[in-house]
Amino acid sequence: MRYHTPDSFEDASAIAAAASGTTRFLAGGTDVLVQLRSDLVEPDDLIDVKHIPGVKDIAQTADGGWRIGAAVSGAEMMAHAGLRAAWPGVVEATDLIGSTQIQTRCTMVGNLCNGSPAADSVPALVAAGATATIVGPNGTREAAVEDIPTGPGRLSLAKGEVVSALNLPAGHGGDAYLRFIPRTEMDIAVVGCGVSLARDGDVITSARVSLGAVAPTVLLVADAATALIGSRLEEAPLAQLAAAASAACNPIDDKRGTIKFRTHVAGVLAQRAAKIAYDRAGA
Amino acid sequence: MIQVSTTINGDEHQFVCDPRETLLDVLRDRLGLTGAKEGCGTGDCGACTVEIGGRPVCSCLMLGAEAEGKEITTVEGIADGEDLHPLQVNFIKHAALQCGICTPGILVATKALLEENPNPTETEVRYWLAGNLCRCTGYDKIIRAVMETAAEMRENA
Amino acid sequence: MAFDEKTEGFNVVGTRPDRPDGIDKVTGRASYGADASKAGMLHGAILRSPHAHAVIKSINLDKALALKGVKGVVTRADFAEGLTGENWNVLENVMAGEKALYDGHAVAAVAATSQLIARDALKLIEVDYEPIPHVTDVDKAMQPDAPVIREGQASKAVPAGMHPNVVDYHESGHGDVEAGFAEADLVMERTFTTEATHQGYIEPHACLATLGGDGRGELWCCTQGHWNVQKICAALVGIEQSALRVTASEIGGGFGGKTAVFIEPVALALSRKTNRPVKIAMPRADVFKATGPTASTSMDVKIGLKKDGTMTAAWGEFRSQGGAFPGSPFSFTAMCAFAPYALENVKQIGYDVMTNRPKQAAYRAPGSPMAAFAVESLLDEMCNQMGLDPLEVRLKNASKQGTKASFGPTWDRIGLVECLEAAKEHSHYAAPVPEGAGRGISCGFWFNHGGETSVTLAMSEDGTAQLMLGTPDIGGSRASMAMMAAEELGIPYEHVRATVADTATLGYNEVSHGSRVTYASGLATIEAARDTVKKLCARAAAKWGIDEDAVVWRDGCAVPSGPNAGDFDPLPIGQICRKMGATGGPIVGHYEATPEGAGVSFAVHIVDATVDRETGATSVDRYTVIQDAGKAIHPDYVEGQYQGGAAQGIGWALNEEYIYGEDGRLQNAGFLDYRIPVASDLPMIDTVIVEVPNPGHPYGVRGVGETSICPPLAAIANAVSNAAGVRMKDLPMRPSRILDALDG
Repeated sequence: MRYHTPDSFEDASAIAAAASGTTRFLAGGTDVLVQLRSDLVEPDDLIDVKHIPGVKDIAQTADGGWRIGAAVSGAEMMAHAGLRAAWPGVVEATDLIGSTQIQTRCTMVGNLCNGSPAADSVPALVAAGATATIVGPNGTREAAVEDIPTGPGRLSLAKGEVVSALNLPAGHGGDAYLRFIPRTEMDIAVVGCGVSLARDGDVITSARVSLGAVAPTVLLVADAATALIGSRLEEAPLAQLAAAASAACNPIDDKRGTIKFRTHVAGVLAQRAAKIAYDRAGA
Repeated sequence: MIQVSTTINGDEHQFVCDPRETLLDVLRDRLGLTGAKEGCGTGDCGACTVEIGGRPVCSCLMLGAEAEGKEITTVEGIADGEDLHPLQVNFIKHAALQCGICTPGILVATKALLEENPNPTETEVRYWLAGNLCRCTGYDKIIRAVMETAAEMRENA
Repeated sequence: MAFDEKTEGFNVVGTRPDRPDGIDKVTGRASYGADASKAGMLHGAILRSPHAHAVIKSINLDKALALKGVKGVVTRADFAEGLTGENWNVLENVMAGEKALYDGHAVAAVAATSQLIARDALKLIEVDYEPIPHVTDVDKAMQPDAPVIREGQASKAVPAGMHPNVVDYHESGHGDVEAGFAEADLVMERTFTTEATHQGYIEPHACLATLGGDGRGELWCCTQGHWNVQKICAALVGIEQSALRVTASEIGGGFGGKTAVFIEPVALALSRKTNRPVKIAMPRADVFKATGPTASTSMDVKIGLKKDGTMTAAWGEFRSQGGAFPGSPFSFTAMCAFAPYALENVKQIGYDVMTNRPKQAAYRAPGSPMAAFAVESLLDEMCNQMGLDPLEVRLKNASKQGTKASFGPTWDRIGLVECLEAAKEHSHYAAPVPEGAGRGISCGFWFNHGGETSVTLAMSEDGTAQLMLGTPDIGGSRASMAMMAAEELGIPYEHVRATVADTATLGYNEVSHGSRVTYASGLATIEAARDTVKKLCARAAAKWGIDEDAVVWRDGCAVPSGPNAGDFDPLPIGQICRKMGATGGPIVGHYEATPEGAGVSFAVHIVDATVDRETGATSVDRYTVIQDAGKAIHPDYVEGQYQGGAAQGIGWALNEEYIYGEDGRLQNAGFLDYRIPVASDLPMIDTVIVEVPNPGHPYGVRGVGETSICPPLAAIANAVSNAAGVRMKDLPMRPSRILDALDG
């Protein structure tokens, strides 16, 4: 294994583009090192992005949005009052990843690029309408977060492309992310649900609902959002929301949960997350 | 092999390592610092916890190569010579260890907690330590020792 | 065996001093299995079968041996031949022969100059497997069409006509069960299952071995019993027992799982092959795949109850799989099931069944927690149905001194009634059940054990004492042993240094298991100290020119036994020891025996739990452990055992399980998906130490380590069932199971 420490994303991209074997980018390492140790993936080239200027920055953009560098850790996001106030659901979702120790190192970009359908921060990012900035051999592009994973462990990124940052729009309402795990900590999500919505008075004017761990990729569930828009979160739209969330599920039976359980709990979490997001949007 | 310079428990260290070696491998096998333990190698148990930049890190989930230029504290660096840290004193006094294999990681993690939050609630302590598995104690006496230490340190601050 | 009993007036016993190994363990200085190194040391790694059941057709080592840094490879051919019985079983488990018997079964091992090279070399070993049908479920393994793990393993006790996978059978009881059921107002029968769980010690097995061509070896390892390691390893690598010196490192948890050997013979074989010291530290995944979980079970239980709460009869059949070898704790499950109750009519049957799973190892009260889960759950359901108080029913039927136990013996002094009374008086039981919660209680029983024990106590010239023990310290035992020695010698606790001796420096000691250490090593320590005191008194008698019998020991001094013995000032221990060289030589006390008076112990647990009816998630909100310790030597570590057993039981009840795929492979070989309780999962665990002295120990000590894991499975199942309003009969009570039960 060759270990690289480029000082620009262009260089990182060039190394990856030129590499012939397995390539991995290293930010927090909380997935890459587990895979290395478990003999699942031994990269030929490991490209550490932490020496690139700006990767640890959380910056507010001119339009009020947020740009979060590729190596910003969960703990650094939790410590950022402005980001927490604007996107509490995204920050809390990232905070759910692993332990205190993992929080010191784990990143949202890593969580996204690991390609797990159960990644905690990804449904929150999708609900928030986040985009990723991608540097590649042909320059820089932006893509919606939901368009990046294409299946478990698979991404839509081309050879040599690397995510340099994530972008959140200006906070305009409220967001929330909830997951179900059997213990109180340290588990992978059995089901995850992100909700972001805006209100005009009591009425929901826009909404995005996403689900994790219930399909090969994180899902953006349009029918669930439709159930919310125009409502005051009364019983009927909440029931529609749960039904839409459950209907969108295409899960598997595995060691972490059954199809039946995931399908049911997706609806439960959608309702609970929607209530939190609704309260936050009204605050 | 990669050459690395780092500071561990206040002492400067230089070592060479394979790029695949973790910081834990380096500490234990190259530097003889066996206080950090390998319980899982995958970041699930916390027995290998060290402190970097005031934060706890699983040294099994960090490459030795990434230690370049870092300041690292291990369990061996918690006491001030013969003077034990109040957490160490209270862990002994409150029988907060049985086999003791998780103790180094828990002490390092807890020290970082109390530096960040001198007045944690029981729930905060429990969630902070959720990544430090203990199979002997049921955590009861560990939590009591931490709470007692926090109170003591606040009084003496 | 009769002992001079001492049940009051203690100076040291019952206090809570700092443990002697405390500073080493909080500073990182303590040396565990993987912490030792030697010059020239190699690192070993073990290749394991990816198949649940496969014929090993060939193993090609050429490519691995060609890798730079690889110094040697071993396979089954490098171990002793002609072994029989349990030695053969252990060898077959340590290194597969003709077949791989489970996912994770060792097939070859390599020694190399670094861990990374050793792991790389494993990928270069080519094994040609022929997969064959497998079975991992206990009930399926008993079916006529089940694949046969190995023919000819069944003991003579097994009834004719059973599948060859059924390898042992137990039956015990008394009275007429059918007549008893006929007297009952309610008879209920239920089937229960429990999954295999792992001891889950945080320290993986690790060892450092040196074995030369002369057949002499040194072994450093984390174990609960190094004489046992010596005996088995010597047999497996074909050397004399005394030629192998085994030192027990500090041990990072065992809970029964480190009473067996797994990697030690492999490291010795690699060392012999390479003529270099070899260290092996097991990766965590290997610990789950290839070291002992406990048995999984399937159980039918039937109880008859009268309206007044009298149990008229009880019957149970307990099926237990212990992996690809005989030896599951099926008979303990059967024997423990109804032990808490005085029954005129009782019968229990047990089956030991082989499957394609790792060889089970002891896990804290092996077999008992499952039995308690079945019996105590059924009892709870019946109490609910009949409107009876579950604690009163248990009190009414509780075993006491003179009761004929369900499995045969007549109880001596036991403390179940005292535990139940303490539970009844406890603020937890008195408090109303919180809104939305359910409460569960359960009794639990464990035999406890004595076993071969040897202790030496040597006085130093300054009057301090060196206490040499042979039972590895798995939970603070050096502190409690030093306390008992100090108590007898009348010296400060700090003046006793307790050490776990290696196999070359002390007589044989059985493993630290069966909750035997504080009982048996404690008894031996007291007797060794009394032997020492006798010798100290003799020196004083000689100095004073009086009869030895005229000297007694009081507060660390020899004193004349009374006015008639003579008028001499007390002679302190330090003064006697300072002159010992000139007054007869070193003063050393011994005790070697196999004490058999380990008193059984009982516990009662009380749990409040809530269930999220939308997700099936369970929260354990309040937990109280009440247990008879006989006499608590160091109450902190007694409480610690109570709390630790409860926590392991909570994990077993709610989330821990071995999950096998259709392919017979273990799906969750890591702490991520083998979900042991984390700090945020648990409440504080309240403890009550009941002390009903054990007549078989000078201070009344009963073992405390194991009984604490017997009641939690049932207590939590009862709490959850009462909270959810549906009876949970299968463990673990994972959220999907609870939701399914709520759905009906």
